[in-house]
Amino acid sequence: MSTRVYDLAHARSGDKGNTSNICVIAYSEALYPHLKSQLTAERFKAHYAGVVKGRVDRYEVDGLWALNFVAQDALGGGVSRSLCLDNYGKSLSARVLAFELEIPDSLAGDLKGL
Amino acid sequence: MKPGRHGASTVRIGTGAGMADDRIYPGVKLLECGELDYLVCECLAERTIARETLNRKRAPEHGYTPMLEERVRAFMPLCREQGVRMVSNMGAANPLGAAHAIRREAEKVGVADVSCAAVVGDDVLERISAHPELRLLDGGAPLESLLPRLASANAYLGADIVRDALATGAEVVVTGRVADPSLFLGVALHHHGWSYDDLPMLAAGTIAGHLLECSVQVTGGYFADPGRKDVPDLANLGYPFADVTRDGRVTIGKTPGSGGRLDRMTCSEQALYEIHDPARYITPDCVMDLMQLRFREEAPDRVAVLDPRAHPRTDSYKVVVGYFDGYIGIGEIAYAGINAMARARLAGEVAEERFRIEGGVASELLVDLIGVSALHGDHGRAGERGEPYEVRLRVAGRCPDKRSADLLGDMVRQLNMQGPSAPGGPMNFGAKEIIAVNSVLIPRDWVRPEVVLVGGRS
Repeated sequence: MSTRVYDLAHARSGDKGNTSNICVIAYSEALYPHLKSQLTAERFKAHYAGVVKGRVDRYEVDGLWALNFVAQDALGGGVSRSLCLDNYGKSLSARVLAFELEIPDSLAGDLKGL
Repeated sequence: MKPGRHGASTVRIGTGAGMADDRIYPGVKLLECGELDYLVCECLAERTIARETLNRKRAPEHGYTPMLEERVRAFMPLCREQGVRMVSNMGAANPLGAAHAIRREAEKVGVADVSCAAVVGDDVLERISAHPELRLLDGGAPLESLLPRLASANAYLGADIVRDALATGAEVVVTGRVADPSLFLGVALHHHGWSYDDLPMLAAGTIAGHLLECSVQVTGGYFADPGRKDVPDLANLGYPFADVTRDGRVTIGKTPGSGGRLDRMTCSEQALYEIHDPARYITPDCVMDLMQLRFREEAPDRVAVLDPRAHPRTDSYKVVVGYFDGYIGIGEIAYAGINAMARARLAGEVAEERFRIEGGVASELLVDLIGVSALHGDHGRAGERGEPYEVRLRVAGRCPDKRSADLLGDMVRQLNMQGPSAPGGPMNFGAKEIIAVNSVLIPRDWVRPEVVLVGGRS
C-alpha cells in the first residue's frame, strides 16, 4: 500500500554551520527496513530540491531504527548569517515526512493513523 | 567528597538552561522538586561570545551572557539552601567578570559570599591571528581571508578543566566556551573521581550531557504534533536531569507532575540532534560512537541509556571564530483577498527597484511569501485559482553597509502608501549587524586553560 514517511516515522533537524542534519526514526522495528530501502540519500536530496544545495550523506543507525541525513549547504550560508526566515532550519524535518513510499499491506497495523 | 542525595554511588545532574535565553521558570521548578546534586546551565549560542567580546571592549566589566543576573537571582537561593553546585558557561567572553557579577547578584537575594571558580583560557584570538595559514573547517579557505574582520576566537574546552574547577570546592563554576556535553561530563568526572582516560565513563558522561544540553528537547519540547506525537501539558514542560552512577550507568528523568514527555522517542530524536556521523561524534574529551546506543523505558519519565561508546580524544581543540559579515535588512508587508499573490509579487518588485534607485547595495536578496488568516479574520475562505487567500511578503537582503540594510526594510515598509492596494502590517525590522562564525582546529598545546577562584566562605 502507498503511504508517506509521516505514517512510518518521526523526524528532527539540527544545525551545524551551513549543514542541516535530519534524522528520520521509524515508529517500529518492522517499519524500519522499508524506510531504509526506499528513503535513499539521492531521493532525499531530490525531495529537498531548492532547500538543500549541497551533498547529502545518509548514516544508518540501526539500533535506533533511524536514518541520519546530513545535508550540506542547507542553511542559507549558516545560522548566523542566513537570510532565511528559518535560519536554524528547525522546520526542515517536516518536509521529509511527506515523502511517499510503499509498504506491504501486512504492516498497515504498524502505521500511525491520525 | 560529600555524597550525593541519592546514595554514595549516584550523582544527579539537572539542566537549568539549554541555550542563552532559555526560560528560567522551569529551572526553578526543577530545583524545587528535583533533589539535584548539580545544576548545569548551558547558555552560549554560536555567536554569543563574539557579540559579548564586542560588549566587553566597550565596557570591560561586561561580556558575560545578558541573562546571567536574572538567572543567578532566581537559582542561587535554592542552590545555596540545598547545597546544589552550579556549573555554567554563562561567563561567555568574561568568565572573571561573570564570577564577580554572580557574587554580587547572589548577595542581592540573600546568598552571601558565593565562591566562584572561573575557567579562563578559551580565548585564543591573539594566538590564532598569528597563524593565517589555518584552514577554516567550513569551506576550506585559509584563516587569512577572515583576519581583517575577526571579532573573536574561542577554543571549546573539555571536561577536564570543569573537573579541576569543581575540585576547588567552589559553589559555582563559570566558564567561557566549553563543549556543551563537557559541562556535564566534568561534573561526573569530579563527583565520581573517574580517570580522564576511562573511556566507558567518558561515554557515559558525554551521552548524558548530549541528551541534557538542550533542556526540554529531551522532555517533550521540539516534539509535539497534535494527534500524532502528543505531549501532555506542554505548557508546563519539565527540565530534565540525569542520574549517573559510579560504574557509568545513565538514566534520564524528569520530575513527577511536570508536563512533557520522556521516552524512547524523545531520547532518540535528541540523541541524533546536531550529529553528523553517529560513529564519530567528536568532543574535546573523546570521540563518541552512538551506533550501539539504545534506550530502555524503565518507568514513566525514566529512561535508561544503554551502550554509548567512546574512543580516545583527538589531538586538537576546535576553535570557533567569530567575524564581521556585513548587515542584514528585512521588511515585511501583507495582502489578502482576490489577487493577493499578484499584489504581493508586484510589491516585492517595486521595493527592490526603489532600493536600487536610492543607492542601496545588496549582494544577495531573498523574497519570501508567508500567510493564512491575519488580515481578514479566520473566515475559512480559500483563495482563487488555487492561490492562498492571504500572503505576507518578506524581503531580506545581505548588505555591506548599515544604510543599505535599513533602506531595504524601509522600502518595504513604505509600500504601505506607495505600493499596491490594501496592504497590512508594514514592518521594517531595521539593520542587523552580522557576526558570522566558522571554525579551525589547533594543537592542544596552544591552549592553557586555567581556574581562578573568586571569593570563598570564611
